[in-house]
Amino acid sequence: MTSAEINTCEDALRLLAAHLDRELNDHTHAEVQRHLDACRSCYSRAEFERRLKASIAALGHEPVPPELSGRVESLIRQFTVTADE
Amino acid sequence: MADVATRPLSRTDHTWFAGQVETLLPALYGTAVRLCRDRTDGEDLVAETIAKAWEAFPALRNRDTFRGWMFRILTNTFLSQYRADRARGEVESFDASDDGFSLFERVHQPILLWWGNPEQDFLNGLLRDDLIRAIDELPDRLRTVVVLVDVQALSYREVSTALKIPVGTVRSRLARGRGLLQKALWENARDAGLRAGPQRSGGEDQPDDQR
Ligand SMILES: [Zn+2]
Repeated sequence: MTSAEINTCEDALRLLAAHLDRELNDHTHAEVQRHLDACRSCYSRAEFERRLKASIAALGHEPVPPELSGRVESLIRQFTVTADE
Repeated sequence: MADVATRPLSRTDHTWFAGQVETLLPALYGTAVRLCRDRTDGEDLVAETIAKAWEAFPALRNRDTFRGWMFRILTNTFLSQYRADRARGEVESFDASDDGFSLFERVHQPILLWWGNPEQDFLNGLLRDDLIRAIDELPDRLRTVVVLVDVQALSYREVSTALKIPVGTVRSRLARGRGLLQKALWENARDAGLRAGPQRSGGEDQPDDQR
């Protein structure tokens, strides 16, 4: 995906996911951003996808139950090591 | 994992490892629960991941990559134990019509735009449990990719390495997974009547549907 001609909303939306995932090269990323800054329709769409992605990202941290903390601690304590030289 | 260049792990290594694991634990557990769809299984997966990681730790050359490395072990452990449809080279047989499903387009309708900002209202009304349910409904292969990219922010390349699939497959599974996820959110919201009455949330008054 080297060509970075973003001429239409279709071009921008096709690259939107990769743009939000920060998977585009700098040039293409900037081209998509330029379109988003100039096009209200695509901008709204991008904001929507960005917020949805952020909501999903927020699911990634779970409060760790004490049983698990304890289990992990005792597990790690059992790992064998050699003395420091 | 035997490696000629590895050296025995010292007390210092052990302390470093324990500290890193402690920091990563909420993220590892969160990912494990999303992958397994079950808290108890998630706890087992985390414990097994940590045990495997310690075993493989002498072979880890660059400790700056510890985080991605841990998620790779977590994912592979999940895949080898919990995934039934493991067969390699399995045909990607999903309904391609789900790829392009856009929640935004469903919500962003001119009739609703008169009332303000329907898509923002939709997101504001979305509960953590709605999202969890929609992610849990995804088939394993798609859920794994969505969780790793959206929840754990791994790059396409990292996911490709972890799952031993080409980057192009990561892309297509991600598109399908997100399409299905959005469709599920839409259907669940519609069924629940979440958007029964559009509510004002402030913001712009004019419709913003210009092309
Ligand atoms: Zn546009």
